[in-house]
Amino acid sequence: MTATERTDVLIVGSGFGGAITAYHLAAGGARVVVLERGPWLTSKDFEHNFKLGSSYTRIFDFVVGDGMSVLGGNCVGGGSVVFFAALPRAPGFVFERRGSIGRRMWPAAISRDTLEPWYDRVAESIEITKQGWEDVSYSGGLWAAACRHAGRTANPVPAAVDTGSCTNCNWMMAGCRFDAKQSLQTNYLPAALSHGAQIRPLHEVQHISKTEDGLYRVHYNLVDDEDYRVTTGNGVIDAKIVILAAGAGATPVILQRSAPTLGPMPHAVGRYFSGNGERLNTAVFDEDRVREVLGLSHGDGLAYAANQIGKGPTVANWDRLDGSLPEYTRYSLEQLYFPPGLGTILAQAADGDGLAWFGVKKKEMLERWRSWLIIFQMIEDDNEGVFGPPPATGNADRISQQMLGVGRLQYHPTANTLRAWGLADAEVKDILERDGLATVTPWTNDVVGAYTVHPLASCRIGDDPATSALSDEHELRGHPGIFVTDGSAVPGALTVNPAMTISALAERAVPAIVRAARERGIEVSYGAPAPDGSVGGRRGVAGLIPILPRV
Amino acid sequence: MRPQTSDGYTKRTMTLEAFSDTIIPGERRFPGDRAVAGAASGGGAVAAGAVQLLEWDATGVTAGLDDFAALLNEHARAYAGQSGLTLDDSVPEFVALSFEDRTELVRRLVAPGHPEKQIWISIALFANMAYDSAAHMDTAEAIASGHPGLTAMGFALPESDGLWRFRDYSYGRPLAALHPDTTPSGSPA
Ligand SMILES: Cc1cc2nc3c(=O)[nH]c(=O)nc-3n(C[C@H](O)[C@H](O)[C@H](O)COP(=O)(O)OP(=O)(O)OC[C@H]3O[C@@H](n4cnc5c(N)ncnc54)[C@H](O)[C@@H]3O)c2cc1C
Repeated sequence: MTATERTDVLIVGSGFGGAITAYHLAAGGARVVVLERGPWLTSKDFEHNFKLGSSYTRIFDFVVGDGMSVLGGNCVGGGSVVFFAALPRAPGFVFERRGSIGRRMWPAAISRDTLEPWYDRVAESIEITKQGWEDVSYSGGLWAAACRHAGRTANPVPAAVDTGSCTNCNWMMAGCRFDAKQSLQTNYLPAALSHGAQIRPLHEVQHISKTEDGLYRVHYNLVDDEDYRVTTGNGVIDAKIVILAAGAGATPVILQRSAPTLGPMPHAVGRYFSGNGERLNTAVFDEDRVREVLGLSHGDGLAYAANQIGKGPTVANWDRLDGSLPEYTRYSLEQLYFPPGLGTILAQAADGDGLAWFGVKKKEMLERWRSWLIIFQMIEDDNEGVFGPPPATGNADRISQQMLGVGRLQYHPTANTLRAWGLADAEVKDILERDGLATVTPWTNDVVGAYTVHPLASCRIGDDPATSALSDEHELRGHPGIFVTDGSAVPGALTVNPAMTISALAERAVPAIVRAARERGIEVSYGAPAPDGSVGGRRGVAGLIPILPRV
Repeated sequence: MRPQTSDGYTKRTMTLEAFSDTIIPGERRFPGDRAVAGAASGGGAVAAGAVQLLEWDATGVTAGLDDFAALLNEHARAYAGQSGLTLDDSVPEFVALSFEDRTELVRRLVAPGHPEKQIWISIALFANMAYDSAAHMDTAEAIASGHPGLTAMGFALPESDGLWRFRDYSYGRPLAALHPDTTPSGSPA
């Protein structure tokens, strides 16, 4: 008989919430095992290829729900491998939001000011480039010029992209072949490995139970490395501390499935899901007007025709990020690139009085693809997403061998959300249709519902036990020793890209996890430097942590 | 050109072609092409390989294709009945519909609330992907061989090693004033 494997800390998921905690706990001396459902690919494996079965479909996950589809990473490094690497900090007013619960959604302990030292820790750990205009892609420049023409400002967006090695290939979603994108595979994860953390790919956690001696037992399936519909085995690991970081589309599902064995879950598990208020518009530009009205031109005499070129989002309009405006009227508008397929199917062509996502007009629109500009809205939504009962395994019934599945998330936008999208749609139209520059249409929500690459809040921190699943230290209410450090912990929409805030919260959560680990007899200390050894960020938070000194 | 009577050219294939052609229409492949309605110039989803993609089991829809085709033809028969149309019975019912009627029927099937919406959406997604991303082919090869979708969209050629790099990518100059409250990290305040 073999004894059940044991570890000090078991982490589910290797994205931001998993990698950051894995690094600090391993560096502090704990035995750490990370279970990741996706494969472990590195830059040499990242192909420029849309064919099913290439790296693009292996590392990407698309879960269709009822009214909301969620896109995310499915690999070691999680969303950081497929993401666009825009890493702005969230504006101050976001932390004062009340949403629909009639009180501040965020814990009293957290504001932009108190989070700032933790943002700094992340900024020291992930190389973020404050991009200049010379780094901005043609599409970002076009968005900036159109904003200026409409009397607005526009900002290059800080991004974890090494502009020296970036080739502007825009294949970021398939993983960066050139190691220009500073994914977690370039910082926290190798540092965690060097401190002895183990990362096990193709291990999909299903549920958690408890052992007689008070440990948590984590149950996983082994996933076939080509056909994710196939399970090749299963197993368990016992741990004193469990950190859930499977992403906001998966963490609550694991907890729901664990309720029969662990006991009732807090009400807010699987509720209050936010899509970060995402919505996309496509503008199709008139190249002559770009030249005449905006005075833009580049190589070969082209005015624009450069949709394919660049590195995801490079310029955002932040004029509506104004804390004096009422909630649900504040949003950012960011230029973006989505490749064909995910980036084209939901785009709608004007067709008679209506809009059509298929047919003759759509085909004509596709023929002008090089002149497209995609604008990404991030509004304040209403946390209206709710997860139904979990599927048999994972967080979706898988349809295709990779990438595509059907999950249980229900999202029926409230009047607040719909109004905010309406405002943002109208503003994008106002900016881009001026003087005949472009024709703007929103993506359809009729095909896969709304959609998000920024799932948040499905297991959130807060002060009020009725509307938050986690304490402000990220511990699951009623289940001591289980922590959640991924996007599901973020209380609500952020009006900007979320990874920087998810990461700052994960950094902030570590000291309390270390304390809980020590209470359970694990020899671990807090206080590791940044993955590259820098210590400025550690100094910045020293005063905030009672237990900082290394033992 | 495949004659429409050959054994390989089944009722199912014709039906799937007609459905795909409704999503991204194309020009007729040969005189008398019935499945492709010829509603647009240039190749559409069918010429792009929609049926090859659907018939690849990696999609997860392949096993259902017989049923989907039969179901679609049932819907077409019912549609024709409601609209008082007489269908030419030498081709599958959906194929016998005009392009406008095919479009109207597909619009109903993919509309929110239709009980089979998910089936028709997933077939439509793959028809789309055959055209706009050639998901059944290596992308570089697809472009080199003149894939109708990627070519019509103007998807650029890769470099000789099969990777994309763009040396010219920026207008290279300030194009707007920054937001006045931008913080030193480059974030909003
Ligand atoms: C195309 C795209 C572009 C994006 N661009 C940006 C951007 O520019 N800026 C930004 O801030 N954000 C961006 N995001 C969002 C960002 O990637 C996410 O917000 C972030 O990755 C979330 O971090 P996380 O820790 O919550 O989870 P994730 O990074 O999603 O990590 C969760 C991990 O858990 C794994 N997992 C899930 N279920 C299980 C299970 N049962 N067992 C084991 N492992 C499991 C997943 O495979 C995944 O690796 C983008 C996302 C996408 C999809």
